[in-house]
Formats: sequence, C-alpha cells, structure tokens
Amino acid sequence: MWEVIASNRRRSILLIIVMAVMLVIIGYVAGEVMFWGIAHHRVLSRHHYSYGYQSYGQTDSGSAADVDAGGMIGVGLALVIMSVMLFVYFTDAEDVLMHGMSARELKRDDSPQLFNIVDEMVLASGLGFTPKIYLIDDPAPNAFAVGRKPETSAICVTTGLLYRLNRDELQGVIGHETGHLKNRDVQFMTLAGVMLGSIIILSVIVRQYFWYGGRVRTRSSSRDGDGGAQAIILVVGLLFAILGPIMAQILYFACSRKREFLADASSAQFTRYPEGLASALEKISAAHESLSFASDATAPMFIVNPLTAATGEADSIFSSHPPTADRIRILRAMTGASFADYEAAWRRAKGGSLIGSQTLQSAQQQTIRAPSNEGPIQSRRETHDVVRRYHGYMRLHCNCGLDISVPEGYEQDTIRCFRCGNVLTIPAAAPAPPTSSTAASAIPPVIPGIAPPVVAPAGALQFHRTNANSWESFRCACGRTIQLSPAFAAPHITCTACGRSIAIT
Amino acid sequence: MIFGIGLIALVLVGLVVILFAWIAGTYNGLIRLRNQLENAWAQIDVQLKRRHDLIPNLVETVKGYAKHESGTLEKVIQARNMAVSAKSVGERAEAENVLTGALKSLFAVAEAYPDLKANQNFLALQEELTSTENKISFSRQFYNDTVMTFNTRLEVFPTNFIAGMFHFTRHDFFEVKAPEEREAPKVQF
Repeated sequence: MWEVIASNRRRSILLIIVMAVMLVIIGYVAGEVMFWGIAHHRVLSRHHYSYGYQSYGQTDSGSAADVDAGGMIGVGLALVIMSVMLFVYFTDAEDVLMHGMSARELKRDDSPQLFNIVDEMVLASGLGFTPKIYLIDDPAPNAFAVGRKPETSAICVTTGLLYRLNRDELQGVIGHETGHLKNRDVQFMTLAGVMLGSIIILSVIVRQYFWYGGRVRTRSSSRDGDGGAQAIILVVGLLFAILGPIMAQILYFACSRKREFLADASSAQFTRYPEGLASALEKISAAHESLSFASDATAPMFIVNPLTAATGEADSIFSSHPPTADRIRILRAMTGASFADYEAAWRRAKGGSLIGSQTLQSAQQQTIRAPSNEGPIQSRRETHDVVRRYHGYMRLHCNCGLDISVPEGYEQDTIRCFRCGNVLTIPAAAPAPPTSSTAASAIPPVIPGIAPPVVAPAGALQFHRTNANSWESFRCACGRTIQLSPAFAAPHITCTACGRSIAIT
Repeated sequence: MIFGIGLIALVLVGLVVILFAWIAGTYNGLIRLRNQLENAWAQIDVQLKRRHDLIPNLVETVKGYAKHESGTLEKVIQARNMAVSAKSVGERAEAENVLTGALKSLFAVAEAYPDLKANQNFLALQEELTSTENKISFSRQFYNDTVMTFNTRLEVFPTNFIAGMFHFTRHDFFEVKAPEEREAPKVQF
C-alpha cells in the first residue's frame, strides 16, 4: 500500500510540472503572436515617421527585442491567470461548496452507522484524521470527497445512497472516497484543473485576438520582407491555441479516470471485500435518477459521473470517469483483496498496467474476507430520521409504539395517533414558574457585529426533558421546532428563529 | 587549472549534499512508518477497551427481554471480566477470542426474541458492537500491513544501512501464535 501511495505522489508532482511547462510554453507563443503584431506595427510606424529625423538604424534588433518582449508578456499573462486560480484554490471554501449543494453536516448521533463505517475506513487506511460527513437530500445515489487539508476534508453522501445500500456496499463506497483522500486525489485533480483552466483561458484569449485583431497583422506583415517567418509563427501559435487545450483536456481526463481506478483498488485493499464496492456501483448505475444539482464543473468529484449515470456512459477520452461496467468487471475478477490482486485483474481485463510492477514488488496478496451477515437493509429508518430532522420535523412517541413525525408549522397543539387514536400534546416550551431561579438569568451572549437577539419579555421559557437518552423535540413559542440530541447537556438553548433563550431542565 | 579543481570540488560537494539528503529522507520515512505502527497498535487497544465498555449495556438490554437466557448472559459477563483483567499479550489474545465467541452466541440467542430484535437500544448496541469488531480487525489489518512494509524496508538493500546505523528493529505481527489459542472457544448453553 505504501509503495503505491509513494509512486502516486511522484507521478502527480511530475504531471503538475509538465502541465505548468505546457502553460508557460503556450503563454510564450501566445505572447509572441499577439504582441509581436502590435510591437512590429509600432516599430514600423516609428520607421515610417522617421523621415526628417535620424533613421532608427536598429529596426532589426529592435523588432527582435520587441518579439522577445511579446513572448515574455505572454508568459506573464499565463502566470497571472494561474495565480488567480491558485489563490481561489487556497481559500479552502469547502463549506461554501457544501452550502451551494444544500449539503448538511451530520453529527455522530444523527447516523451512527455511517459514522462507524467512516471510522472503520479511517482506521483501515491509516488516514490519521476523520473527515466531516455531509448529507444531501437527493434520491439519486452518489458520493464524493473534498478537502485540501485534513481539517477541511469532508465526505458527502446522498440519501438516495443510504436508502439503497447495505453495510458492506456502503463500506465499499466510503472506502473508495477514503482512498481519494488518502491518495490526495483532491489536491492533485484541483491543481491539474487549475493548470487546465489557465491553458483554456489563455487559448480563448489568443483565439479572440485572431478573430478580432487579425487584420492589423496581415497589413503589417505584407509590408515587411520576411513574411514567411511571421506566417510560421502565426500558424504555430494558432496550432498551440487550438491543440493545447485539447491535449491538456485529454491529459486531465486520463488522469481523472486513472485516479478513479486507483481509488477502487484502494477501497478493495481497505475493506478486503471488493464485491461490496462492485455491487454498490451496480446499484448506483442501475438507478435511473440523475443528480439534480451537479454540473460539468462538479461532476468529476462524484463516485459515478452524475450527468451520465441515468442515461449510460460513452467511453470517450473526455469522460472524467471510467465506464462503470469496466470497474465492476475488474473488481469482480479479483482473486484477492490487495493492490497486487487489483493489478492482476486489470491486466486480465484490459491489458497493460495500472500501477506498475516496480511499485508492486513488495506488495503481498491479501485474502478476501467473508461478507457481513446483516440481512435486509436495516438502515432505512435511520435515514428517514436523519432526513426528517434535517427538515425540522418533530418526533413524538405514542404509547402504542408508533413514532409520529410532525412537521414544523403544524398549527395545533395536539395530534391524534393514527394507530390507536390517542391524543398527544405537542411538547412546547412553557413559561417558567415565577419562583424558579433558573429562569430569567439567560442573557444571550453579545457577539460583536451581530444584532443581539430579542429576549422574551415576560418571564423566560423552560422545557422539561423526559428522556435524556434519546432525541427530543419541542416547539418554541414562535413555532419553531427545536430538537435536543441525547448528547445535549447545556442548561439553555437559544431558538434560532426568534432568539428566545429556553431553559432545559 | 584552478577552474578544474573548483569544478571537481563543486561536484563533490553536490554529491555529498545529495547523499545527505537521501539519508535524511530515508531516515524520516522509517521514523514515520514506525510512528504509524505504534499508533496502529494503540488503536487496537482503544477498540478492545471500547468493546469492554459496551458489553454491560448490552447485557442489561437483553436481560429485560430474554429472561430465560441468564446462562448465556453470565458467560458473556465472565468472559468480559476475564478480558479486562488479562495481563500478558498471549492471555489478552485468548481472552478476547473467548469474548468474541460468547458475543456470537448471545446474538444467536437474541434471534429467537422478535421483541428484542425490534428494540431500538438493542439494534443500536448491535451496530456498535459490529462496528467495534470491524474496527478491531481493521486496525489489526493496518498494523500488519505496516509491519510488513516496515520490516521489508529494514532488510532491503539501500535502506538497511540506515536502519542498521540508527538501530531500527523488526516488529512482530499481531496474530494468535500458540496452536491451542487457535481453537474456537466452546460455549456451553
């Protein structure tokens, strides 16, 4: 495992350097092409107007110097574009990304099984830190991992995934995402994306220049003697401008696909159960829903390309993910669970090598473990609970055994149980008895820059917990549902809607 | 002439620097691996302790529903107490195996009680225990993988010099060694 990770790291650095060099070359050529035309025109007009003056005898070397300056300007432009994008990369705006996808961060109590599975994969991979876990409420099953630094790393799953997969399959998917984090794929693909983006922007600039500014050059070049050399530079520049981005894209997507295979191999190595991931991928690709919020920019992050998941995929050099059928086939052809076994299965299925025999010299075969005997999928109720809590539902328990979820905004104070007809009261924060000393002292902390919340005028509210070992919900005086987790131990809670402070006893 | 000597000196200095960098890099790599190893070993301990702490809770939950299974429950409690008090590594490995067997029989018994199976507490505890077993095996797996890589590096040609110079030693795999410990523990009903 360690050799694979080390060799991965070396190749990544090499690739970033190659792409940076490509960027600089394209920048230089672009600069030559664009600014050569302007510089030459300027030189020519100087010569033209030097009638009565001393003629500028150095036009030849002058134009050469201007040509070099043009190239340097182009390189400078390329570096500026790259710096801007790198700046964005270093801002670590993962929570902005998550917010944009309507992902909610989960706490351990929300979904113990999911957290347990993530913990298991963290241990099996030796990751060293536990990423945050986010949930997206979308029926399409998918998952992704983000994070440049350990502190901001996160794994996100959709509810569609949690509904469909059993424990082994979920472990396989989380293993795949943990593999991405362990192999630092996120950093790598983002940097490669920065390089690619800069190359594309530069090529767009050059093409725009050709489209709008071409006439200037043709006039000046026809006036001059060595139109041949200029034409060559022109053609080369145009070729770079068109082919450069295409080649960079091919490189980028080839890397993306290779990384996906490596993450599959990592998952098999960590879980020791490749069939888990294989059947998870099968279920994901069989689901006929596409993710509602994914775009071309975010698509490469997911475990299966969300834009083509529903309609089937083309195996082109521009796809960010390898075809799922191939991935499943290789996983199912594995006779063991290590990287060496994945490599062997790859060779049988596709020929060539993924990881390289040099790297795998000291890797050993690992046996596949037995599947866990979980039985039918148990986690659906847990997932329903998480989703309902996400949407602010209140959970009431009737004595007949039924659990009732009451949405926020339910106006009445009582609800009738559907099974037994018993009438249940909606727990609400009640005004504290006047002799109680715990009530009124709750003055919300003043946070500079934020207006202090309105404090309830007549006597503070309080809520008495009946069962401190499980989730409890009650209604604030403003109508907002407040949910208390079993881990909640503070004496007060502040309603997020109206700012009232409610004592919890 | 002077230029020639200068060039040779420069090349030599360059070589020394490269050699030094390689030594430092290899040493650091070995240190990192060893720390990972020790961390993985500590993790195994953490998970074992977690299992010990979960068991009384489980027994209380089951007691309410499976009133006639006091024998099995007592076996579980005994196995747990023995595992907590075991001292040497061999004793601990054996005690943990006995405990695993006792838990398996307890969960098998619980299958016969549908009320118990539907109880939220029991399900949560079952999930926690399954997860703890998994974590034990994953941390053991990671430890063994790392031990193998570490030992290999200690013995392979260029790095064995560094290893010898700085006295890195082989670590052992975490596995049950004595043949009698490999026998499945027999749990009587």
